[in-house]
Amino acid sequence: MKKKEIALVLSQKEIAPRIYDMWIQTQLAGQARPGQFICVYPRDRATLLPRPISVCEVNRSRDALRIVYRVAGAGTEEFSHYKAQDPIAIMGTLGNGFPVGEAVGKTVFLIGGGIGIPPILELAKEMDAKKQILLGYRDSNTFLREELEKYGRVYVAAEDGSVGTRGNVLDAAAKNCLEAEMIFACGPMPMLRAVKRYAGEKGIKAYISLEEHMACGVGACLGCVVKTKNLDPHSHVHNARICTEGPVFLADDVEI
Amino acid sequence: MNTQVTIAGVTFQNPVMTASGTFGSGMEYSEFVDLNRLGAVVTKGVANVPWPGNPVPRVAEVYGGMLNAIGLQNPGIQVFMERDIPFLKQFHTKIIVNVCGKTVEDYIEVVERLGEEDAVSMLEINVSCPNVKEGAIAFGQKADALYHITQEVKKHAKQPIIMKLSPNVTDITEMARAAEAAGADALSMINTITGMKIDVHKRRFAIANKTGGMSGPAIKPVAVRMVYQAAHAVKIPIIGMGGISTGEDAVEFLLAGASAVSVGAMNFADPCATIRVLEEIEAYMKRYQIEHITELIGAVQE
Repeated sequence: MKKKEIALVLSQKEIAPRIYDMWIQTQLAGQARPGQFICVYPRDRATLLPRPISVCEVNRSRDALRIVYRVAGAGTEEFSHYKAQDPIAIMGTLGNGFPVGEAVGKTVFLIGGGIGIPPILELAKEMDAKKQILLGYRDSNTFLREELEKYGRVYVAAEDGSVGTRGNVLDAAAKNCLEAEMIFACGPMPMLRAVKRYAGEKGIKAYISLEEHMACGVGACLGCVVKTKNLDPHSHVHNARICTEGPVFLADDVEI
Repeated sequence: MNTQVTIAGVTFQNPVMTASGTFGSGMEYSEFVDLNRLGAVVTKGVANVPWPGNPVPRVAEVYGGMLNAIGLQNPGIQVFMERDIPFLKQFHTKIIVNVCGKTVEDYIEVVERLGEEDAVSMLEINVSCPNVKEGAIAFGQKADALYHITQEVKKHAKQPIIMKLSPNVTDITEMARAAEAAGADALSMINTITGMKIDVHKRRFAIANKTGGMSGPAIKPVAVRMVYQAAHAVKIPIIGMGGISTGEDAVEFLLAGASAVSVGAMNFADPCATIRVLEEIEAYMKRYQIEHITELIGAVQE
């Protein structure tokens, strides 16, 4: 059940340059699944639209939900100034989330790139599998790395070579001679394209979480679509709504 | 307190409607608002066949509003009749279907199909979408073309027709008069204002279509002005829209001469916006002891 509510900021800190880590007290925590997202509404009406931000972690017994986001514009800039006990307008939980159960007992890659890393945390926490976690960063600001190490073996790649393997997440997989039966990934489009290609070559299933500019977040505006192999259930035109049919898709089902 | 308004013989329980394209067919927002309380649901545009729409990015935020170039993605009239109409029929609200097309024949095909459905109260003819290359806007920016399509659609329509006007014209009164002369039962205005946004960091257009239609609170003064001008040029009723985010915004449109109002982009900023606007209109009526909402229509003092 989707709901809009005025929730409460529990805490916030900057964990890497312009990357913020916020815990929110909300009734939505109980239903949040890994790979889902919430919409956060700026107070300033000059920034009209909600910001879709993925669920990073949930603490259901404390009704707490965590988001980790990058300041990218006026909306996220506003959020970054929120302090503990401030109200925050949110709506959720949105999207389908990762099919965690499909991984049971399998050897998997959990791949996160840049600001696509946060949803991998709750995914890793809830997944019962042999988890090889591949994280791609720009530089040595390896946010969330230590926390992810609690849930699986972590391999890091950095574009500038300052830490881990120089290059991208798949370079890290190759360098460490890693193999997987299944992939779950979230990150920038070039990374997801590479993951899709890799999974295709290896003949393994890959679930990828996509993002696109959206307006409503609930499937009404048709702003955030992705080309799909099969007819989409809403408009029947091979254009699925990322906010509603996604954000997680089988890599094989989408043209990216 | 009486909030009923009548447009072209159709009575609405209140003047609050949804602006086409911002509310789907109501399904997505029924989790947030009670559709039974709306004056009408105006659906997303539907064509004779499915339309895939434009490439992404399709939306971008601008100061106090947004640009969109969805390109009228829709499943076509067949799916719409089988899925969306039965869904909306469950609710105690009027159904207005927005009709789009690339040729006059496309429009007529959809209008005739909708004529079979008694639950549809009115048809809103979209001749003003700025984001579709052929058809649509081509009919809405020249008075003679608007006259022609209005006349053709009117000949085949069983329900009263609302012509949705584009603000992207030199003289809105000329367009309003052309639609009225050709037999339109009502007007709705304004559609989005053509705009552009360039991402200076990427040095690219913010939306793939380069141009998009601007909506949101920032366009409201333009919309109020056009509704006022059109209301003084024609006798047929007007459904006003463009940046309405509060009940007082809605009242402003009524005072300018609109008989009803639509909430559009604000649905994105607040999924409960329609009902909130309705409640705020009622609060305004109470505050100023307005017995019947029609007292407000065109009541701005000169």
